[in-house]
Amino acid sequence: MKKHPLWKYLRKNALPHFFCPGCGAAQVLNFFLKAADETQLDFDNFVGIGGVGCAARIPVYMNAESLHGVHGRTIPWATGIKLHKPELKVVIFAGDGDASAIGGGHLIHACRRNLDAVMIVVNNLTFGMTGGQMAPTTPKNMKSATTPYGNAEEPFDICKLAETAGATYVARWTTAKPKNAKNAIKEALDHKGFSLVEIITQCPTNFGRRALSTGSGVQCVEWIKNNSVTLKKAETMTPEELESKFVLGTFVKKERPVFRGSSVC
Amino acid sequence: MSRNKKNLMSGTHFMLGNHAIVEGALAAGCDFFAGYPITPANEISQYMSQRMPKTGGVFFQGEDELCSVYALSGASLSGAKAMTATASAGFNYMQEGIGYAVASEIPMVIVDVMRCRGENYATQSDVMQMRWGASGDHEHIVLAPSSVQELFDFTVRAFNLAEKYRTPVIVMSETTISLMREKLVIPEAGELEIVNRKKPDVPPEEFMPFRAPEDQAPPLPSFGDGYRILHSLNPHDEKGGIAWDPDVFEKLYHRITNKVRANYDDIVRVDDFFLDDAEIALVTYGSETRPARQAVRIAREKGIKAGVLKLETVWPVPEKHLEELSKKVRKILTVEMNIGKYAGEVERVCGKNCEVGRVLKNRGEIHTTTEVLNAIEEAAK
Repeated sequence: MKKHPLWKYLRKNALPHFFCPGCGAAQVLNFFLKAADETQLDFDNFVGIGGVGCAARIPVYMNAESLHGVHGRTIPWATGIKLHKPELKVVIFAGDGDASAIGGGHLIHACRRNLDAVMIVVNNLTFGMTGGQMAPTTPKNMKSATTPYGNAEEPFDICKLAETAGATYVARWTTAKPKNAKNAIKEALDHKGFSLVEIITQCPTNFGRRALSTGSGVQCVEWIKNNSVTLKKAETMTPEELESKFVLGTFVKKERPVFRGSSVC
Repeated sequence: MSRNKKNLMSGTHFMLGNHAIVEGALAAGCDFFAGYPITPANEISQYMSQRMPKTGGVFFQGEDELCSVYALSGASLSGAKAMTATASAGFNYMQEGIGYAVASEIPMVIVDVMRCRGENYATQSDVMQMRWGASGDHEHIVLAPSSVQELFDFTVRAFNLAEKYRTPVIVMSETTISLMREKLVIPEAGELEIVNRKKPDVPPEEFMPFRAPEDQAPPLPSFGDGYRILHSLNPHDEKGGIAWDPDVFEKLYHRITNKVRANYDDIVRVDDFFLDDAEIALVTYGSETRPARQAVRIAREKGIKAGVLKLETVWPVPEKHLEELSKKVRKILTVEMNIGKYAGEVERVCGKNCEVGRVLKNRGEIHTTTEVLNAIEEAAK
């Protein structure tokens, strides 16, 4: 039987994976492994980091050095690794909760310092693993497990946050745009400095059922697709037209010295 | 990072306690420090920021204590000998990362300069937080220095124990000694015993990263050595795989706790002071040893047979030593600077064999010699 070309990158004893049918996190694993394969990533000198949540399991399934299981501390781990062994390639897989809620304080400082690491934010717009509670990314007025009358909070734009804080590569794509998502990860892997790739993903089980009244992965992806516009198109639209739209594209790509420690002589 | 051993200190110095911790760490091979400002531990990070770059290591000021303690995990798994320093309130925040380091068996050294709440008080109020602060089951190794020299010596030992047992080791300092200047003798580099973690002696495909005899830690390769290990907080099998299995859970936590418990004789150290013929024994730790010893000297001049058992390891509890003592003396008094915390441990072990009492002070000041002497004289009546 012919093996899947990416099979060699998987950690066999961790399978089968635990993602729900139709989950976007498994697609992100696929995008990443394709990008790693195409950039010939050296898996012996690579560390995959996950925090807590569905997306945090992505590095668990890769045959690589991995850290997992603490909510929101992915960036501190990455910082310790990169400062001691800068030659290692470090990629963080964070959900929107890990990245912008409990770990949001770390995110802005990694951007500011230009930590030489890649952060893939798997944004499913909710706390999926814990049952679909409102996240800092849940769109306004949308229902969730903790906003039964509609979300009364304003959501974060994680890419804008990263850009403002000083990240040197920032891009957003969706699971409806697999090639673009994979290519953005490739660019991030090749970039020296803090690279943030946000991928809007479907969570049929929790976001879909609670916010979109559908448990269908396909319908959730269609919703994401229908609410996305490219950066080019967004430039022709008014702020009102852009309300609650996902703008897709590369927002930042620049060079800046990377972080080597707080006191260097 | 290549270490620059030329810049390591040796010889006799008149040094601040917090600086002695730094020199001890560097002598032990520490090449990664991360910390967040907090009084009265600031002299540690400030001096580290001078010394670390000169000795080939990394100094990192995290955006908070959580970042600092998790950076230690990342650095340590990459091969560094890593340390942080904080004080009571900051130590609270670090408990989360200490729990992770226990679960994934990551060597690191944490210094807590106890200060109570808000101000730099003389206190030993964190002695239970040291033991029970982290979530999940664990056995911590906590060392309690009582002088500037011991801040140096015990910091070196903390690194050695952390490397040997693959676990966080805590140096329990206090405002009293961290902010004091005293004589410090630093041995020449070759004279110190330095322990480095064991590395695997089998290739990656044969290595079981969490398999070890029930009283030991497994070898630990560094990131980049090609072993591709999953380090998860979740209960994990010997291969490192996340396992929802009560047997795996029980076996893992038995080994993680037992590797400390079963090595009592290697880990636990105490120091006897006039205990040979003592009828009244003071049990104490840290800076409280100082007034306790002076009070015993004076009591002896007055004909009272008193002595001191100084606990250099406070966790695990020196139970064998305490029990032996309790069979020899008439009364044991626990001397500590808090509302009476460690006294409970001493009484648990000793209470069945002898009288027990407490000499407590919880007002931000160390005991005076007279206060301890009065307690000895009262007990001698």
